[in-house]
Amino acid sequence: MAYSDKVIDHYENPRNVGQMDDSASNVGTGMVGAPACGDVMRLQIEVGEDGVIKDAKFKTYGCGSAIASSSLLTEWVKGKTLEEAQQIKNTDIAEELALPPVKVHCSVLAEDAIKAAIEDFTSKQAG
Amino acid sequence: MKLPIYFDYSATTPVDERVAEKMCRCLTLDGTFGNPASRSHPFGWEAEKLVDEARGHVAALVNADPREIVWTSGATESDNLALKGAAHFYHKKGKHIVTVKTEHKAVLDTCRQLEREGYEVTYLDVQSNGLLDLDAFRDALREDTILASVMHVNNEIGVIQDIAAIGEICREKKVVFHVDAAQSAGKVEIDLQTLPVDLMSFSAHKIYGPKGMGALYVQRKPRVRLEAQMHGGGHERGLRSGTLATHQIVGMGEAFRIAKEEMAEENARLLALRNRLWDGLKDMEEVYVNGDLEHRVAGNLNVSFNYVEGESLMMALKDIAVSSGSACTSTSLEPSYVLRAIGRPDELAHSSLRFTLGRFTTEEEIDFVINKLREQVQRLRDLSPLWDMYKAGIDLNSVQWAAH
Repeated sequence: MAYSDKVIDHYENPRNVGQMDDSASNVGTGMVGAPACGDVMRLQIEVGEDGVIKDAKFKTYGCGSAIASSSLLTEWVKGKTLEEAQQIKNTDIAEELALPPVKVHCSVLAEDAIKAAIEDFTSKQAG
Repeated sequence: MKLPIYFDYSATTPVDERVAEKMCRCLTLDGTFGNPASRSHPFGWEAEKLVDEARGHVAALVNADPREIVWTSGATESDNLALKGAAHFYHKKGKHIVTVKTEHKAVLDTCRQLEREGYEVTYLDVQSNGLLDLDAFRDALREDTILASVMHVNNEIGVIQDIAAIGEICREKKVVFHVDAAQSAGKVEIDLQTLPVDLMSFSAHKIYGPKGMGALYVQRKPRVRLEAQMHGGGHERGLRSGTLATHQIVGMGEAFRIAKEEMAEENARLLALRNRLWDGLKDMEEVYVNGDLEHRVAGNLNVSFNYVEGESLMMALKDIAVSSGSACTSTSLEPSYVLRAIGRPDELAHSSLRFTLGRFTTEEEIDFVINKLREQVQRLRDLSPLWDMYKAGIDLNSVQWAAH
């Protein structure tokens, strides 16, 4: 399968790879997927007091498209409010990376990851 | 060294120059273009002579009688002709067939078709090393079993089944025995004078011959009967009609002739290269060979790099042509059924790469791939949350994953 230049770029130079302290109260962690399915994404966001995402980190086990989807996502969410980040759609990611139909599930996983990270953060705040 | 490097010889091989040259001489006006079935002029006689020679070469590699070789369009057609042909001919004796879960799709899917026609098929498990348990095989044969099909060498993990022992059991129980030898001819010694095998499928393009060409061995003594699947001019003693493709047949013949001549030397060379490859990888953490390393063809190494997904690893190895058991490389999104059958968990199947070496593989290429792999596996593990968890001592089986 031929990959788009954007997928290759994110795959070869992934942005914001890393890990944050997931016990910190200003960090939200979303881990989605399963090893048996061939992809697992861990997305973490650091949220400022103003509700704006200050930083984002990811690590992904999966194909090139999954790695690219999560890398792109970390770029997109930085500087967004939680509400804005919540609005990111998998179709936006798939379109930006020109993912073929068989790889659309990678972008779905990325959307799930940011939603899970936001949920984790808000539940920490509530708790 | 030329890039990209080809490490996918089990998928197909380049046609050997010597083979291509012979094939080219059977196409044009100044070559042997005649129809081998034309009995009335030298164009036909010449072509027939070349076809006979090629039949002799194919038979010689496996120590069969040339009259036992039926030309087909490839191993898939041979498998179809063997299984459907025998099942249809012997259906009055019974309608039960035994095969193995790790067979090639050409056998498995043909069995599915026979099930739709009313036959009953038993698909046997293999052991964790990929080999068939002989007792389980014996127990699976029933009064109404007419046919058993077991591949000689597995295309994914390269393990060699003990077809001599399996064949003995079939003889004892009077069951027709078919062997798919697409991946073994020219790589493993085959002596059909002594092997208790009734039907054997061959492919040309797996051993430096042309694509679209194969053969089926149909034993004469004791005689095995088949119902033809292709009807027409009655070629190949009525078993497979269709004008013989002289250039393809000559190509297969030459490829098999060369294989017979060079097999011993080539196997020793390939084994040394395969060992060099594995020696260069085996000290890495969480790396597993899939399938038995002893009962295995020389040119195959199938390895899982745990916590790294196979397709992304292949993307990292962009100058190296390999294949993977990862779901992402298939359209079905299912990981390799062969790795599943040997009991590998799905995550290890997703993390597998198959390296198959061949006639033109060099030591320099092996060293290149070792270095590249070590570097890229580490890079991808640094990107992998599973690797982090493994390093932190978390048992991944204890995690509640959100399957999707």
